[in-house]
Amino acid sequence: MLGFIWFWLVAIMIAAYVILDGFDLGVGALLLFLARSEPDRRAALASIGPVWDGNEVWLLAGGGTLYFAFPLLYASAFSGFYLPLMIVLWLLILRGVSLELRNHLDLGVWRALLDGVFAWASALLAVFFGAALANVLRGVPLQPDGYFFLPLWTNWRPGAYPGILDWYTVIGGLLALAALALHGALWLTVKTSGALERRARQMATPLWALVVALTAASLVATIAVRPATLNNYFNHPVTFIVPAAVAASLAAMWLYNRSQRPQPMKAFLASCLYLFFMLAGACWGVYPSLLPATTGAANDITLTRALSGPHTLAVGLVWWSFGMALATAYVVFVYARFRGKVDAGETH
Amino acid sequence: MGSELIHRLQFAFTVTFHYLFPQLTMGLGLLIVALKTVALKTGSEEWDRAARFWGRIFAINFVFGVVTGIPMEFEFGTNWARFARLSGGVIGQPLAMEGVFSFFLESAFLGLFLYGEKRISRLLHWFSAVMVFVGSWISGFFIIVTDAWMQHPVAYARLPNGQFEVLSFWRLLLNPWALLQYAHNMTGAVITGAFVMAAVGAFYLLEGRNQSYARIFLKVGVIAGMIASFVIIFPTGDAAGKYVARNQPAAIAAMEGLFKSTTGAPIVILGQPNEQTGQIDNPIAVNDVLSYLIYGTTRAEVEGLDQFPRDQWPTALPLLFYAYHIMAGLGTWFALLMTVAAFLLWRKRLYTARWALWALLLSFPLPYIANTAGWMTAELGRQPWLIYGLMRTSAGYSNMVSAGNGLFTLLGFMGLYALLGLLFTVLIYREIARGPEPAAATAEALHAD
Repeated sequence: MLGFIWFWLVAIMIAAYVILDGFDLGVGALLLFLARSEPDRRAALASIGPVWDGNEVWLLAGGGTLYFAFPLLYASAFSGFYLPLMIVLWLLILRGVSLELRNHLDLGVWRALLDGVFAWASALLAVFFGAALANVLRGVPLQPDGYFFLPLWTNWRPGAYPGILDWYTVIGGLLALAALALHGALWLTVKTSGALERRARQMATPLWALVVALTAASLVATIAVRPATLNNYFNHPVTFIVPAAVAASLAAMWLYNRSQRPQPMKAFLASCLYLFFMLAGACWGVYPSLLPATTGAANDITLTRALSGPHTLAVGLVWWSFGMALATAYVVFVYARFRGKVDAGETH
Repeated sequence: MGSELIHRLQFAFTVTFHYLFPQLTMGLGLLIVALKTVALKTGSEEWDRAARFWGRIFAINFVFGVVTGIPMEFEFGTNWARFARLSGGVIGQPLAMEGVFSFFLESAFLGLFLYGEKRISRLLHWFSAVMVFVGSWISGFFIIVTDAWMQHPVAYARLPNGQFEVLSFWRLLLNPWALLQYAHNMTGAVITGAFVMAAVGAFYLLEGRNQSYARIFLKVGVIAGMIASFVIIFPTGDAAGKYVARNQPAAIAAMEGLFKSTTGAPIVILGQPNEQTGQIDNPIAVNDVLSYLIYGTTRAEVEGLDQFPRDQWPTALPLLFYAYHIMAGLGTWFALLMTVAAFLLWRKRLYTARWALWALLLSFPLPYIANTAGWMTAELGRQPWLIYGLMRTSAGYSNMVSAGNGLFTLLGFMGLYALLGLLFTVLIYREIARGPEPAAATAEALHAD
């Protein structure tokens, strides 16, 4: 029971990370296309300036929670995905520093360079996160001792000994990039005004079509690569509500983003729901495994195998509930303080 | 190079570089609260501007601290997987608590402190400065708790699968090692903050500009620096040393270069430990002092390294010896310099004593060196153990990550961090050149547009 609770708590923290940091990654990925003039770039970056750092905290808090609740999973996945994780770290560093620097350096050409670094790092992070999730869904070559090591790529085919990148995980990466770019575009329609808002709304339509296509492709590909993903759904047919909710939130995004009667906040919330249900659907597809093995189901890292001791989990539940209630209050407080459209003149 | 060494080097390099930033934010967090408090009480715009200036320095530091801090949490899993698997149930807790209790608080209120001054009341702005300070100090506490459990494991049991399990949440958090180390470490952070603030004040006075702000910086920096420079020696350093001597006797013997058990053990002020001959070369030593410092009597016997099997000696013994001596030597200098500066401040002669201003300016890198050397002392003293007495370092690294992959990322971090160091220096230099005066800020904003 404790295991079941912690599985969903970690999943919710990861979902919160994807939804929150997702929009600032998306704004980053779109920055070079949508905001070409300096005032537009300032407005786009001001819309994420006070919150991006807090959004990234969910990654750290989620990682820490994973570490103590499921140490085997943490140890195995982090060492097995060694190289891509290190690249993710470097991208996070470059991204954070370039955003901070641009606020302090006023030298024209350097600013263009920093915006480029910020945009590319944001886009690549989205691809890496998507590919990482696809790696979990496909499975990794776990050995009986619970460890594995994946090179970045081998022959680009999913099989017993794949690389981090193969055609399946590349689809996952592209889907993440498109979905977060759409998420970021919808965020900009909420937070900015004028021409920038209009361009973001126009950009959202082709992105939306791309997301729909890639969502369908990833669904088919997942069933082809790991048919067992469907088992939980057929055993508990009521859970088909999750893919239905994915489809419904996609429809809602389109509906609320039409240029005739746009409702930006609703469109953005629909995008949040889309990301949430995609992640929930993926989690349910692998449950009760946390990391499936391509080397035979006996090597799967399952919930019970990875779980920490009972006292650790019980104690953790007490402080976690208390701490997350506080954290949620801060997050709500900050977003409330910075609600509404950003002023063009208000930059740090 | 074997992969164990590469994993150790990568963690040591990334954590050493990382801690250059939080030590200043934690120290400065406290000093900014002091500036904001005076500003709130007196309504002085000058003290508010001084706080805003240090807020900008803080913000740059904070970002570099955040981005170099994320790798630290990841590296428990990526580079120390076998350790993470067994220890997660215990030290995963404080690490997760750092995120949940500190980072959310810190990021929320820092955003408010930096971006929100026009939107909120003076009192709420003061409060956000206090919460940023509290957040950074909570963060430091959870990291120390994590490290303290590796130094001095308490309140644990082992499950059948070998994993460590917490037996008492409060005993984990209130580990005596953690409390002593926390007091010592946070005082060290205040010293860094105070020296940096005083050095900027000295720099402005020597250049003859921003003089009214320079006096504020010197006053706050010297007063805080003098108090902290004494607290770091007594009681915090003294108590931490005594606790190490009782719980990690091999570490204290190596730190002091005591190869043979001795009654009336000497303290070695300078010298080179020679592992081949088992003695200190070219020693400058004072007899009986070490026995007195540890046991309160000059007669006491202090265990030397000869009491321990060779495979339990700290693995980098000479480096441990030097790290400890550098820390202690610099600590002595801090107390001396700050006492003189505080005396001059009291006699109202500090602002014109150019030799003292030069000494304060040139001393600003020294607390960074001392804090780094202090952490090296703690962590090298723990070797060859990863969890003291329970798990060796050689049993904890990720042996599935080959040396080639490890070296690839170590070199990557070195290159990236060299770039970060350069950028950081440029940014801080620009902020100091720009100064706290609002006129300069307006000129720059116009220039930017």
